[in-house]
Amino acid sequence: MSRLNEENLRLARQILSLYPKKKSAMIPLLHLSQEQNGMVTNEAMEHIAELVEVTPAEVLGTCSFYEMFKRHPVGEYQINICHGISCHLLGAEEVLEHAEESLGVREGEITKDGKFSFEGVECIAACTEAPCLQVNYRYINKVNLDAFNELITDLRNDQKAEIPKHGTLAKTRQKIPSEKLAGPSGVEDATPPEWLQRNKESQ
Amino acid sequence: MTDIDQDSELISVTIDGQEVNVKSGEVLIDACEEVGVDIPRFCYHKRMSQVGMCRMCIVEVDTGRGPSLQPSCMMNVSEGMIVDTQSEAIKKVQDGVLEFLLLNHPLDCPVCDKGGECPLQDQTMAFGPGETRFVEEKRHFEKPIPINDNVFLDRERCILCDRCTRFADEVVGDPLIQFIDRGNSTQVNTFPEDPFASYFSGNIVQLCPVGALTAKPYRFKARPWDLEEIESTYPNPLGDRIVVQSSRDQVLRLQGLDSEAVNWGWLCDKDRFSFEAFQSEYRLDNPLVRGGGLNKANKLGTGLVAASWAGAMSIITESLDGVNPDRVAVIGGARLTNESQYAWAKLAKGFIGTDNVSADLGDELPPDILLGLPRATIADACQPNSTIVLLTSDLKEEYGTLYIRLRHAAKNLGVNIIDLSPVETALSSDAAVSLHPLPGEVGNVVEALVTGDIPREVGGISGEEISQAHHIIKDTNVVVFVSRSSMGQSVIPISEALTSLQQLDNCRFIPLVRRANTMGALDMGMAPGLLPGRNSLSSGSSAFSDIWPNLPSEPGANTKQILQKAANGEIDTLFLLGADPITDYPDKSIAKAALQKVNTVIAVDLFVTPSVYESDVALPAASFLEANGSHTNVEGRITPIRQKVTAPGTARPDWMIAAEISHRLGHDLGIDSPEDVWEEINSRSAVHEGLDYEQLAHDDNGHLITATGRIPFIPVTERVETRPIDSYAMRLIVGKRMFDQGIVTQMSPSLCSLAEQSQLRINQYDFNRLGIQEGTQVEVSSGGKSISISVKVDNRVPRSSALIYANLEGADPRELLSDDEHSIDIRIDPTVKGTA
Repeated sequence: MSRLNEENLRLARQILSLYPKKKSAMIPLLHLSQEQNGMVTNEAMEHIAELVEVTPAEVLGTCSFYEMFKRHPVGEYQINICHGISCHLLGAEEVLEHAEESLGVREGEITKDGKFSFEGVECIAACTEAPCLQVNYRYINKVNLDAFNELITDLRNDQKAEIPKHGTLAKTRQKIPSEKLAGPSGVEDATPPEWLQRNKESQ
Repeated sequence: MTDIDQDSELISVTIDGQEVNVKSGEVLIDACEEVGVDIPRFCYHKRMSQVGMCRMCIVEVDTGRGPSLQPSCMMNVSEGMIVDTQSEAIKKVQDGVLEFLLLNHPLDCPVCDKGGECPLQDQTMAFGPGETRFVEEKRHFEKPIPINDNVFLDRERCILCDRCTRFADEVVGDPLIQFIDRGNSTQVNTFPEDPFASYFSGNIVQLCPVGALTAKPYRFKARPWDLEEIESTYPNPLGDRIVVQSSRDQVLRLQGLDSEAVNWGWLCDKDRFSFEAFQSEYRLDNPLVRGGGLNKANKLGTGLVAASWAGAMSIITESLDGVNPDRVAVIGGARLTNESQYAWAKLAKGFIGTDNVSADLGDELPPDILLGLPRATIADACQPNSTIVLLTSDLKEEYGTLYIRLRHAAKNLGVNIIDLSPVETALSSDAAVSLHPLPGEVGNVVEALVTGDIPREVGGISGEEISQAHHIIKDTNVVVFVSRSSMGQSVIPISEALTSLQQLDNCRFIPLVRRANTMGALDMGMAPGLLPGRNSLSSGSSAFSDIWPNLPSEPGANTKQILQKAANGEIDTLFLLGADPITDYPDKSIAKAALQKVNTVIAVDLFVTPSVYESDVALPAASFLEANGSHTNVEGRITPIRQKVTAPGTARPDWMIAAEISHRLGHDLGIDSPEDVWEEINSRSAVHEGLDYEQLAHDDNGHLITATGRIPFIPVTERVETRPIDSYAMRLIVGKRMFDQGIVTQMSPSLCSLAEQSQLRINQYDFNRLGIQEGTQVEVSSGGKSISISVKVDNRVPRSSALIYANLEGADPRELLSDDEHSIDIRIDPTVKGTA
């Protein structure tokens, strides 16, 4: 039961209608299914394949290319500890080791309560804030071991409202008025944008 | 893909210091090959798009800005280009690329099937480093995993060249294998539990430049250096060119031969893996005669018993002794080589004196369509900007390599396809217009399409859609592919459609036949009223009477008439040449009645088919792997069939059996080898003029017969009335699947399990009205006849039509057919539970 649920299927159809070619909606739909289940399941990929009219293998090919799509269960909070060069120099390995010890699981595993999993990742582009990490892709900067402990306690006690559960990528849903939807037509059929018209006239 | 214009201008480039002229726009790696400079490569394949994955083909190119390293498969030639393929830098590149490729490639060559014919092995020997600097552990995967019933994948050996995945996606449109994961963990795989269910999966094994993909029938059977090979032709309607590879007198593998005109090196699995059937233990390897206990011949016996050739022959000569020639008939011959067909036609028409000879089994287009229309070649159809009209069944099911060629033309060459097949096919999504007329009404639709006189609706198709097609078809070159798309539709609607299309300027045709060499059979006179070389019995008899002394004067019976006469007791001796009317003829009961009524049925076949089992004498014939000869494909292209192995037991080539019978009847057939046939034909058939049998073996594209019009097409003037279809009825389509109960498929261990159960396929809309579960058994009836069959939703079937594939296990749609209707209406009763 991890196909898209009814609510998300409705959203999925809305997402599909944003693109002239159905296949273009594949990645947004993968995000949607990850938001629903915290991971992308095989059933979800099959469902997406049906929706965008490709084979499940093509969805898997795309999904597996991106590391942010998890095809195995992860904790409610997926912690990505950067061990890029800056973070490494400023103690990332210690943070990783500490995470392992304090959470009682190894990299890639989930804590017994299902709350946490963590892994070391390549540079997450916050070198000025090193050593840094992400919880469900929300940045936590300049961490040290105490800060890490505090973070875990806060998360356990639901004190970090700004961090949603794993899979929720966007802070807000995109709202596109119906007249602006591309719809399932060819690119050629779309009305040219106004600025193009203006440019032509000025020439 | 190298789809460059044939007559593009020549430009001058320098390759390894030698100034040469090559075609503008050509890919550099091809240009080099043409002038004899071989560039190593793994991912590049000239029948697929370029991807530059492997970097093995890097050369040094100077286009005026100094030499730079460029992959030659990703670069087109341009004027004045200076190319160096041998420099020190290039040697270092090749060495480095191979060292990288070998980082993860296991060195298990001694146990690898590819070892000995492996491009990676060969190129490592030629260009690679002697040693590696890599001391870490290689990648490990479970090895090998099956990706479908016949193909195994060893991901450790894979070098990620993208050939198999590209083939699946862009050549055949089955993207069921993909690159999964990324970076160092990239692997080729299918979706879990979703096998690479492609009709063309064997091709990826042939394409694989390493031993990552292996096919079950060949795994661990032989080493490449033990194989002997010969170029031949697979006897299917398209005449796909093949290489037959054998060891110790046993065929181990068929590979596709890259013939520009026909199959481009591709084969469908049904053909590629079918060699197993011809070596199966069930091959007929000695004569059998009807008999009883203690192996005694007995006309009233209930089974077939072993016999000697002499014993079998004496029964045959006895049955022909003093018999009225009109009471002798020959059905079949489409499996045979051209030479065997000639020998049998000569025996039947020239010596026995009967014209009751027909290679058709009631499911082919009539000879006037097959021979009378101006014929095109596949290459003509695939000319840029031409239009292809498909009056066919699903080409992917029946004519695999043709499907590949037309798909390529539609996707890459700007060819417009107008798809008029009765259900949505694999080509529909690539077609410019895809219309699916109601069975029986295709003639009306095509008339509107051609004339532009378009009603609001015809044949279940809106006028708008037809006018769209009308605009495409006018003022272009049109090639029409036509076949018996459904056994539920008579030939008349097809003839009507062809009559309209014939009025177009620039319209040519490729009529598709159902059986391997039906075209050859017609050209060799294996149809009533025909003599070899497309001569009619009346016009050609003077040319043949000197060597065919007993030519009948009146045209004989066709298959339908032969079977009717036989069932009425008007036939005494019936020859079945590789024909199985009980399985294939649309009316099973009359076929069965005919075989039981005829005094002596003589079957010449490879297997004991249901019809052979009903016959009195069964003679073992040699298959195309065991006899020499030639084959004529649907374009009229004659290509060689060449013997590679010895026939089992005492089986003989079909022509030899004809010669033997003739000899025992006291005539000399004058044929001691296939070559003898051509000596007789060449002087008598204008159609075959210029054909040199010896030369055939040296041209991959064979010899094309171009003459048409000697047997005229008979236009249909009367219109089939549009028959209204009431809301409870559905119109029946009887289609064909690639894998069915056909004897060759069933005798191949690798293929027999791929055939599915018989099902009634209908649109979701019609299904919902029935209010039943999918898979429920329903009763389907038509005019008092009925079958019980399970229902499946298939949205490729248009509303108000119903599709049943013929010759599958379970319900037989032939039982619903009727002789005198142009189309069949069926009713579905969901309440009657069948006893299936």
